[in-house]
Amino acid sequence: MTTVVRPVTVAEAAQLFAELDGATVAIAGAGTKAGWGAPGRAPDVELSTLGLAGVLEHNPGDLTAVVAAGTRLADVQAALKSYGQMLALDPPGDPTVGGVVAAADQGPLRHRYGAARDLLLGARFVLTDGTVARSGGKVIKNVAGYDLAKLFCGSFGTLGLIAEVVVRLHPRAPSVSVRAEAPDPARLQRAALALSHAPLEASCLDAAFASGRGAVLARFEGVAATIQAERAARLLASQGLQAEVLSDDDDLWAAQRAGQRAPEGGLAVRVSGLQTTLARVLTEVDRRGGSAVARAGFGTVWATFPASAPPDQVALVQDLRSALVDLRCVVLDAPQEVRAALDPWGRVDPGALALMGALKSRFDPAGVLPSLPGVE
Amino acid sequence: MADLIEALTAICGPERVIAERHALHTYGSDGLLQYHEVPRVAVLPESAQEVRAVVALCAQENVPFVARGSGTGLSGGAVPVRQGILIVLTRMRRIIEVDLDAQRVVVEPGVTNLEVSRAVAPTHFYPPDPSSQIVCSIGGNVAENSGGAHCFKYGFTTNYVTGLEVVLPTGETAVFGGKQDCPFGYDLIGAFVGSEGTLGVAVAITLRVVPVPEAVETLVAFFDSTAQAGQVVSDIVASGIVPSAIEIMDNLSIRAAEQATGAGYPTDVGAALIVELDGPAAECAVLLGEVRAACERNRALGIRVAADEGERQLIWKARKAAFAAMGRVAPNYYVQDGVIPRTKLPEVLAKIDELARAYGLPVANVFHAGDGNLHPLVCYDGSRPGEARRAEELAGLIVEVCVEAGGSLTGEHGIGLDKKRYMPKMFSEADLEVFQRLRCAFDPAQLANPDKVMPAPRLCGEAPGPYRRHPLEAAGIAERL
Repeated sequence: MTTVVRPVTVAEAAQLFAELDGATVAIAGAGTKAGWGAPGRAPDVELSTLGLAGVLEHNPGDLTAVVAAGTRLADVQAALKSYGQMLALDPPGDPTVGGVVAAADQGPLRHRYGAARDLLLGARFVLTDGTVARSGGKVIKNVAGYDLAKLFCGSFGTLGLIAEVVVRLHPRAPSVSVRAEAPDPARLQRAALALSHAPLEASCLDAAFASGRGAVLARFEGVAATIQAERAARLLASQGLQAEVLSDDDDLWAAQRAGQRAPEGGLAVRVSGLQTTLARVLTEVDRRGGSAVARAGFGTVWATFPASAPPDQVALVQDLRSALVDLRCVVLDAPQEVRAALDPWGRVDPGALALMGALKSRFDPAGVLPSLPGVE
Repeated sequence: MADLIEALTAICGPERVIAERHALHTYGSDGLLQYHEVPRVAVLPESAQEVRAVVALCAQENVPFVARGSGTGLSGGAVPVRQGILIVLTRMRRIIEVDLDAQRVVVEPGVTNLEVSRAVAPTHFYPPDPSSQIVCSIGGNVAENSGGAHCFKYGFTTNYVTGLEVVLPTGETAVFGGKQDCPFGYDLIGAFVGSEGTLGVAVAITLRVVPVPEAVETLVAFFDSTAQAGQVVSDIVASGIVPSAIEIMDNLSIRAAEQATGAGYPTDVGAALIVELDGPAAECAVLLGEVRAACERNRALGIRVAADEGERQLIWKARKAAFAAMGRVAPNYYVQDGVIPRTKLPEVLAKIDELARAYGLPVANVFHAGDGNLHPLVCYDGSRPGEARRAEELAGLIVEVCVEAGGSLTGEHGIGLDKKRYMPKMFSEADLEVFQRLRCAFDPAQLANPDKVMPAPRLCGEAPGPYRRHPLEAAGIAERL
């Protein structure tokens, strides 16, 4: 039987941990990525962060904000919009800010603005012994002390509770996009490489591939957005691709975000490649009946597959991994039984794994929170 | 001691083990000369394997060690430990791989910052550009999370490191990340970059490089006061412009720099504001117009736009020479590296002026105005009794002003030895205790660069074992109450 608790202040969260008396806890935000990081035992207590909500501080002139971790990202963006500002994170779904940090999730804006780790200036944590601590600060440049906020990126609620984050903001600017269809993965990769190596400043550079056809897409912001998009279109034309320039581009990018998640009952596998492995990954995904979206400037591909029998899904992941043996294929969305039958993360450097174990035992010595797979 | 030197000689050979006291003095300080210490022995490994063997020896013999790159740091971070080993990494200078298509470069730690950009020129470059980039090493940049004049737009070292191979203080090796994005689990790269040599030694570093911008526009404008220049900065940023660099120099630093460089800055103005824009030519041209208008609105006394690369270099020459030129104003100076929220600039500068007057010591201000990173230079004459101490005291008060304004002790120089005593001004005891947990996870014996960063020596407790369900609990016979 799991008890759900929903603290509304940091002090309350700290008290909850201090009074656990041996109970195990799992931290949950909006639940958009449940099961991604640390599947396993059912906890005694589920700590919901949704009570820790609100933009606690917004400094428009400094382009910084302090946000409670349980705040929905959409609410943060809404609060910033009237100031012409944004938190440059656009992962799919309707996650909390803490959830995006803990899962190190990302969207197309990663191309220019980085991932959550790159936008975090500081954070406040609650550890499982009730310790409340802070690292970083509220200024965009700061090297005082250890950067614990970054350490917690990708921690999936296994080190402690991320209670508040301090984030760097960016000006929000009108955007113009360019999109070109590519008939095969090789041409798509060449076009994406041409764009990522050109002296253009795209805020997003993505690719998509499904049913034997693909597209490369780039988004530009700022005063020269249209000029840049037109130049990108000419560059794509020189690659033999026909490009269209779109000023009403929100749907285009919403589709890219949505493509990072599996359809109901299906699979989503994230492949960490390089710009130069894009064609190979897209080919392997397409060959197995999957759809793909990609951060083309990094070579990260989200492959999604429709629902099928769990044993087939397990076989599919194993087969994809053997075809892409040099690249990390992480199972994100999958039915519980499929996830349980697979090592969701694949091989990890043993030295890094041992270090994560040492960190886990320093931050959560009693093992109140779950562990990452393979971390002991 | 003889045994230790013998063991090191067995690893690196006699040529690369330095034990003579006079020779060791070479390595006594980093770029901050106030601190000097002679290590027991210095060793110059040439490979990751040798570093591993040296660190393993330290772990086995329980000897503290300090890793050192080019020694340009400004916080005493590379000052040796008297009884320890100094691991000098300047011989590890191989560029291991250049993968231009994937925009990645893999280097050894002794490679200089500028060499990375040179390896990918002319189409690409490596953005973090500390002033010492001709000599400073990438290993040192990783330890300090170095920034530079252009980090307002481009970010810091931590935003460009995608992979690290690290020799941990236990002698074990660990690989964090790689050329790809989205590594597994905790962001160990994020924890390691900026840890000032206290978590281990990076022996291979994978960096992201980016295309060279199409155009660069550089402008310098002169004002009656730093407050006016500061207002221009606020106006520019508020309008959504992200210049690659925004620098302000006050009158004292302009005068010193002008004497040293003859860059043509008027010496009777209160402030110089340098703004550099880069990116697509069409965008730069429009934004340059907006920056110029903001300067005029704030009553600029004069505006100069660099017409070519030569003029651009001349504008930067004065800014880059500012620290070195201080010798013309005073025999000694003490530099601080505090950061403040940009909007607090006018009030903090006024407070610094007030303090400078109260102490009767001139303070020159040269700063990265975009990100609020101040570099107040407290000028003094060390030959006058007590003046060095007063300068240090004043510098300490300036840092306090920065922290009280919601800022930080250091934006890019690091804590090292120099600022560790100020750590409790910015962090609570609980914060420091949690920092120590991180450090102990990497270095339970506290051998890597001890006595740095943390304000007082701390021990690592026994590593607590992970919670394991008791067999009786698992069997459902007993439960925790």
